Amino acid sequence: MDLLGFGDLLLSGTWVTIKLALTSLLFGLLFGLLGAAAKLSPIKPLRMLATLYTTLIRGIPELLLVLTIYFGGSMVLMAIAEQFGYTEYIEISAFAAGVAALSIAFGAYATEVFRAAIQAIPKGQWESAQALGMTPLKTFFRIILPQVWRLALPGLGNLFQVLLKDTALVSVVGLNDLMRQAYVATGSTKQPFTFYMAAALIYLGLTVLSTLTTTWLERTADPAARGGAA
Amino acid sequence: MNWSWDVIIDYFPRLLDGVWVTLELVFLSGLFGLLLAVPLALMRASPNRWLRILPFGYIFFFRGTPLLVQIFLIYYGSSQFDAVRESALWPILKEPYWCAIIAFTLNTAAYSAELIRGAIQAIPKGELEAADAFGMSKALKIRRIVLPRAFGIVLPAYGNELILMLKSSSLASTITLLDITGAARTIIARTYTPLEIFFAAGMLYLVISAIMIGGFRLLERRLNRHQHYRGPDEVAKVDPRLAE
Repeated sequence: MDLLGFGDLLLSGTWVTIKLALTSLLFGLLFGLLGAAAKLSPIKPLRMLATLYTTLIRGIPELLLVLTIYFGGSMVLMAIAEQFGYTEYIEISAFAAGVAALSIAFGAYATEVFRAAIQAIPKGQWESAQALGMTPLKTFFRIILPQVWRLALPGLGNLFQVLLKDTALVSVVGLNDLMRQAYVATGSTKQPFTFYMAAALIYLGLTVLSTLTTTWLERTADPAARGGAA
Repeated sequence: MNWSWDVIIDYFPRLLDGVWVTLELVFLSGLFGLLLAVPLALMRASPNRWLRILPFGYIFFFRGTPLLVQIFLIYYGSSQFDAVRESALWPILKEPYWCAIIAFTLNTAAYSAELIRGAIQAIPKGELEAADAFGMSKALKIRRIVLPRAFGIVLPAYGNELILMLKSSSLASTITLLDITGAARTIIARTYTPLEIFFAAGMLYLVISAIMIGGFRLLERRLNRHQHYRGPDEVAKVDPRLAE
């Protein structure tokens, strides 16, 4: 495939895409864990808040979320800053808006994955940790969370694939990611098929890579599948 | 920042026009996608190895790349080739509406084919053997046993896929279509009230997906009513008249 010297541009876009995906993954996992903790909490308002979060976010398109945060986010931030006496114009970068939108969306789905994983761990483990004198918080971090990781991995792997593909949406608000750079290359070469196909193949490579990584992580997280000494 | 309900009320009819475009996109590509997915799924579930491998590349590509790239490939990409531009297909391929439908159809067909394949493989073997024992031909078995059974099994998963499609349909706005998202963007370009209008658009998506979820639940109850059947004793507990 002849990229007419635009290969470097596509590669730089790929790097932005990877950075966006990994940063959103990090925050998304955090939102997911918080969401799951809220959904399983004994405090009713917290549970209701988490349910509102997951139903709302899972029901609206990711593109709409990206657009809302990019175009509406600065208005909200400026309104908040005004309360503290700051009246300058605040602009949200496309990258920040992308991370916010993608991690909020990822977090809503991850909440359900984490919730199911936490609930899959037998209650007896909580009780025996309590019998050993552990606080609930300590039990969560020492006993439950390490096992949740293994149970949640397949679900999270699928969600990361979705996240990776959704990064392309942030190009709509002008982030210089792979999709956007393909568009730029198209503008000066008039070869849209070549460059969108090149971008598609790079995305395909990234999703394959993420599948392989997930499979590898699943193996390392599960001693039984590894066939190691039990 | 002052929230204005008036702007939502004023422009609500415009958003409702967008609802029709969105529903059209989802319905048409869902229908075409299903028509394409059924043969693909039958191939994927076939005992013949070559037949099984054939749709793999297609499904792999469409599930592994972003939908936005697929839309741009079809809408912008097709104009690169003179052969396409001079062909009889050009009147269709130059229209953003049909390009969106083609992209959504190919995309959802790839996902649905895998769902339907899973459903076909989940049909209890005994039912297929019973069909063979009755002397059904291959085609008759597929028509009378495999597809109706697979349809019932796949329904909940397919409902999810259709909701995802509804959300994906917002990408049509990137190639100038005035679906809900597209209408919202044009309204905002005029009024500069992104929060209010995107909020209203989001609520419309939520309502549509809620209706779709409810509809699929009813359809599932009807198609899989054998699973919800309760014996006369249990039915009598609900209402004694039903057991008579």
